[in-house]
Amino acid sequence: MTEPLLKVENLMQHFPVSRSYTVKAVNGVSFSIYPGETYGLVGESGSGKTTVGRSVIRLYQPTAGIITFEGRTISGKLDRETRELLRRDMQMIFQDPMASLNPRKKVADIIGEGLDIHKMVPSKTERAALIGHMLQKVGLSPEHAARYPHQFSGGQRQRVGIARALIMNPKLIIADECISALDVSIQAQVVNLMKDIQDETGCAYLFIAHDLSMVKYISDRIGVLHLGYMVESGSKEEIFSHPIHPYTRSLLSAIPHPNPEIEKRRTALVYDYATSGIDYAKGTDHLIDGTHHVLATPEELKRWL
Amino acid sequence: MSENKTILDIRNLDISFKTHAGVVHAIRGVNLDLCKGETVAIVGESGSGKSVTMKAAMGLLDSNASVNSGEILYTYTNDQGVEKTVDLLKMSKKELRQHINGKRIAMVFQDPMTSLDPTMTIGKQIMESMFLHRKLSKDAAKARALELLQLVGITDAEKRFRHYPHQLSGGMRQRVVIAIALSADPDILICDEPTTALDVTIQAKILELIMDIQRKMKLSVIYITHDLGVVAKVADYVNVMYAGKIVEVGNVNEIFFEPKHPYTWGLLSAMPDMDTDDDRLYSIPGSPPNLLHEPKGDAFAARNQFAMTIDEKEEPPMFQVSRTHSAATWLLHPDAPKVEMPKELEARLARARKEVEKYL
Repeated sequence: MTEPLLKVENLMQHFPVSRSYTVKAVNGVSFSIYPGETYGLVGESGSGKTTVGRSVIRLYQPTAGIITFEGRTISGKLDRETRELLRRDMQMIFQDPMASLNPRKKVADIIGEGLDIHKMVPSKTERAALIGHMLQKVGLSPEHAARYPHQFSGGQRQRVGIARALIMNPKLIIADECISALDVSIQAQVVNLMKDIQDETGCAYLFIAHDLSMVKYISDRIGVLHLGYMVESGSKEEIFSHPIHPYTRSLLSAIPHPNPEIEKRRTALVYDYATSGIDYAKGTDHLIDGTHHVLATPEELKRWL
Repeated sequence: MSENKTILDIRNLDISFKTHAGVVHAIRGVNLDLCKGETVAIVGESGSGKSVTMKAAMGLLDSNASVNSGEILYTYTNDQGVEKTVDLLKMSKKELRQHINGKRIAMVFQDPMTSLDPTMTIGKQIMESMFLHRKLSKDAAKARALELLQLVGITDAEKRFRHYPHQLSGGMRQRVVIAIALSADPDILICDEPTTALDVTIQAKILELIMDIQRKMKLSVIYITHDLGVVAKVADYVNVMYAGKIVEVGNVNEIFFEPKHPYTWGLLSAMPDMDTDDDRLYSIPGSPPNLLHEPKGDAFAARNQFAMTIDEKEEPPMFQVSRTHSAATWLLHPDAPKVEMPKELEARLARARKEVEKYL
């Protein structure tokens, strides 16, 4: 197997709120992403999935754990060279397409900002050409470069966000809930666009979402997070056809079924951590088969299988 | 539509908004009825006018809106036990606030954080409309509020009663919003994207909760949503809305198993399907029309791969398919060429039907 592009080992991210209280958002999460693949990270709000994404791109200083990207360790103090590499080769697409675009800048400057900072283009004409090309790639037209974000619809704005991430030619794009603010029919357009771009450029995605049905469409491998622990991980098939952890099962059962006769008779499985008697901190990682991992104590695993 | 009595009847509603860019014709002739104890869903993309329709019924339209024509007839039994029918559009804001809003027609909004008052305890917010509409005493109101909190599945009601909205999680807040909506015993509950801001797991629980309460309190519910999964779970009747018009209406099985309008085909195809390994999701090409420039002919024609010449000239009327099912597309005209729904969708629907047989 090839070397992973990104390797996260035992990542912990704690936020001290006061002297006596610390929010433990991420507690020992490990996964790796290979070049050109899509890794889906799912979980409910508060599960720490966004925090993982933000720690990886180093918007936070990780409390503990090792993150390796392209063979370099990026979890400690960054030297100048590593930081520049990280800022260039790893990009992020955010959830809210309105809040993540500067309303006072034209689309051309939003997309081109990275080029300017890293001095990647020698002349203005080349910059404009590259931006025009990028706009076309995401399904907008080069004339849109002179407009402001408010002149676009939600789906178009998210395309601008994608263009901004793509123009740096990144190896890894972190997509944080990038479709949950969009309408169903527009979601499909954006997901298809992301897939096309991956086929063309070979970039890898860390796709963070709470909507398992979309995650299934785009991901190769999936990790399920709950309360800062990776409770189950594996390939798409392993997670969807043989879910083992009760939390994964409840997530899967919550997906609405587009079939009224069945949906009306079905109730979603309930999973309540507080009453389930499961303590994530006691669980250890168990390999089921292939790449399928579950966090559990031996007794729990016996019960679930 | 069904044997039950119609309690809300929207006829030929037409609304436009004056903006500085020009007049936006947001609602272009909407008909809809709701019968007692039933659930009607309005499905459409953002900007299709689904929320505006319901806001009109609640008298919540913005000041730049003008109702050009139409009526919203609401039938209810008043405090003296006499049955009355009123046109909600003819009532003044004051009358609506005193007699209809909250008391008889209540609404649950999308975002539970912005629809709660952050400076009031949730108990106080639940009791507010009981004092106003039902003239309950303080003790009676408190007892009723605790009862409601338990009904919406909040444990520790006594403690939560004194909490502020920021002390609750998103799912809890939405439960409180539902409790507030139910506090004055309304006949109709309008849910405007009640679960869009929530996680999938909580979404399922909230929908099951609303269904359960509906059975217990014999409510009529209108759902506004863009998520067909939600519709499949809760609705009896479905109205598919596009560019300010209802393009297809039918009961839930007719819409999901025998859709007739190409837009409905598109919406159904765009839903991620858990049972196939297709690499690509179907997406409806293009985007909805800008109603600042009203489209000529069928508003969906530009995105419709089955569009015919007539679609660009004249708007299709509603064609009746069955007693409860009708759709506004020229494809249903007797002279139209025979067009079948896309193969992938047909295969999917066949699979869905088979699943039902297996399941039952």
